[in-house]
Amino acid sequence: MNKTYYNPADLKNFTKISEWNEELGTKFFDYYGKVFEDGALSSREKSLIALAVAHVVKCPYCIDAYTKDGLERGITKQEMMEAVHAGAAIESGATLVHGVQMMNKYNKLSM
Amino acid sequence: MLKKSLKQRQNDLSSSKYQLDFLDGGNFKNGELPTFESMLKRSNQFPLKPSKLEILQINMGYMCNQVCAHCHVDAGPDRKEIMTKETLELCLDVIENSGVHTVDLTGGAPEMNPNFRWFVEKASKLGVSDFIVRSNLTIVLANKKFYDLPVFFKKHNIHVVSSMPHWTKGKTDKQRGEGVFNSSIETLKKLNKIGYGIPNSKLKLDLVYNPSGAFLPANQKQLEKSFKKALFNDFGIQFNALFTITNLPISRFLEYLIASENYDEYMYTLVEAYNPNAVSRVMCKNTLSVGWDGQLYDCDFNQMLGLKLNKSIGHIKKFNEKKLAERTIQISQHCYGCTAGAGSSCQGAIA
Repeated sequence: MNKTYYNPADLKNFTKISEWNEELGTKFFDYYGKVFEDGALSSREKSLIALAVAHVVKCPYCIDAYTKDGLERGITKQEMMEAVHAGAAIESGATLVHGVQMMNKYNKLSM
Repeated sequence: MLKKSLKQRQNDLSSSKYQLDFLDGGNFKNGELPTFESMLKRSNQFPLKPSKLEILQINMGYMCNQVCAHCHVDAGPDRKEIMTKETLELCLDVIENSGVHTVDLTGGAPEMNPNFRWFVEKASKLGVSDFIVRSNLTIVLANKKFYDLPVFFKKHNIHVVSSMPHWTKGKTDKQRGEGVFNSSIETLKKLNKIGYGIPNSKLKLDLVYNPSGAFLPANQKQLEKSFKKALFNDFGIQFNALFTITNLPISRFLEYLIASENYDEYMYTLVEAYNPNAVSRVMCKNTLSVGWDGQLYDCDFNQMLGLKLNKSIGHIKKFNEKKLAERTIQISQHCYGCTAGAGSSCQGAIA
């Protein structure tokens, strides 16, 4: 067993998931590749979205991958950090909006 | 910030043998990564042979006013290797009597060679279709004697190719030295002012992008778009094309990779991105590199690694186009840098 659950070297073996289910693995990687092509959004914009989501889902592999991808694209650290904040704001907003549920319940149960 | 070359610091990496041994060791030695030779064999491209000679790249000397962190030449103010007038005369003979259509002057800062202007004046009369000077831009402001370089370039219809790792000051200065960004911007404005890089002008100004770290360049066209937008919006600067060049793991970039513990990962990245389509267009096929001492090499990188051509054809005074075309190009693991992804050459992406 590894000493830690995450091993940076595993990232480059990602495509090996297809070895145990070629059909689904291939479909996934085709889909993944297509998603990040230029479309109505540029691949640059999608890279920043991916970076923000990587932080929200707390995926260390994705954070490594999309920080490197951003550097390759010339994306600045200011842009990267703003993207992370955008993700963090939605995540904390999602927590805080449940405060309304708490308030509703509180009010309902209180005299 | 770097102040001295590897050579001046007597660093092990200033030895080309040490570098070649290092490149052959580690994951290439233990079989974790395939060697470049075995990769060429897999794609039936070994041995690597030249095509028609088109470009003569002349390294006029290793002296430079900058000490860039990624420099594959290990250039700097402390380097004293300078091409002599006699060797430059031999280069003129070759330009005149060979099929070369592009002359590419590099260094160091080629402008620091005392015979630079004499050579440009002579060579520009020999009818080459593209005459490139790789200028670092800051040299123009480094000393009064260089102030008129933009006008000199224009007079001789020089194609100016200059490095610019990013459109922001922080990243540029970190790679190329404090103050380099502002000086580069000032010189680019001067070049624009006299017609360089302006749409429909014959005066060509291209920029070279080297990643400022242990990563590969992204798509050349997309980066060009970002550079053009940012430099025009921020400074009103225009240029023709952006060439993306991958940093090869040699010399000071190798020093950086080792010190930052990025070496293994970077080599994995290069090997993983190996593109056989790029192999057929690598620059060593149509370019010949002339060292400051007249020694001939397959490319500027092989020059820095001391991978000399065979003695019988290996010097500019023995220049023989037919024999050179029959040679085998020398390779090592650094060659992965030119075949990764969209490929890389002194003219940018190749595949």
